[in-house]
Amino acid sequence: MFTDNGHSPGGAAHGSLPEYLLGLSLSVILTAIPFAVVMSGALGETLSIVLILLCAIGQVMVQLIFFLHMNTSSAQIWNSVSGVFVLLLVIILIVGSLWIMQHLNHNMLMGH
Amino acid sequence: MANMVLEAPRPGYTGYVEQEHHHDYGGDTVFGFWIYILSDCVLFATLFAVFAVLQSNFAGTIQAKDLFELDYVLAETALLLASSFTFGLAVLSANKKSMAGLVAWLGITFALGAGFLYMEINEFIHFTHEGAAAWSSGAWSAFYGLIGTHGLHVFAGMLWMLVLFGLLFREGLSDNNIVRLMCLSLFWHFLDIIWICVFSFVYLMGVL
Repeated sequence: MFTDNGHSPGGAAHGSLPEYLLGLSLSVILTAIPFAVVMSGALGETLSIVLILLCAIGQVMVQLIFFLHMNTSSAQIWNSVSGVFVLLLVIILIVGSLWIMQHLNHNMLMGH
Repeated sequence: MANMVLEAPRPGYTGYVEQEHHHDYGGDTVFGFWIYILSDCVLFATLFAVFAVLQSNFAGTIQAKDLFELDYVLAETALLLASSFTFGLAVLSANKKSMAGLVAWLGITFALGAGFLYMEINEFIHFTHEGAAAWSSGAWSAFYGLIGTHGLHVFAGMLWMLVLFGLLFREGLSDNNIVRLMCLSLFWHFLDIIWICVFSFVYLMGVL
């Protein structure tokens, strides 16, 4: 069932201890930064939001790579392609919802 | 050609050519489960969109920024992140065919997940007593809908772990059990990724 190239079923790679430790360390750092910024209130609101967003995207990437072992190898191509497709769906869903609701609010609240 | 040195096959090498000689049932299962995970992403995206739209509609009830305690959320985050890491160690133990290591790390993962769930339920009870119940306002309904769905997933993952314990004791490290472990591993890491979005968008941005 298992191939010799260190991959288990479905093209999911096995990973190694150093890989998990690196993933954990990066995740801890990328969690600590936004919490520290918000709890200390050291930065302004806009800068804090930008930093939270960057750290969130960074940590999601870190966990996808080091915990879920995603990469662009051919064994994984369908995992990655379907993932990118769903990312597109998610963006359409969230940005689309916010866009529509903002316009709706704008039109409904005219004159208030 | 004649003097080419061939390496000795590694222990356990059966000579099977994977794609030609037998159907990769386990691979299909894990890929199918990955597709389920992605569909779950769409579910959470919908809940995040609902939360984003409703997040300021408190309708006179207590506001999120008056209620959220970030050090409490940080502790929840630490528990879930640690459990994601220990699940990785459980998978490494399974790869080394170490049943004892697998059961131990899976047990620790279960305990960390239980700790997270306990804290989350505690928080829900506290919020409800403070006047922020699921039925209080649009913003709070969206909050409980999103966080509660994540909590339910964690609960489902823990039930799955219990079932897997039973199967491991019955069948040991069989191929089927390894496939089940790989699927659960995808599920558990996925829940941690959703939680990153939860603490970033709901809690951290909620108190700004």
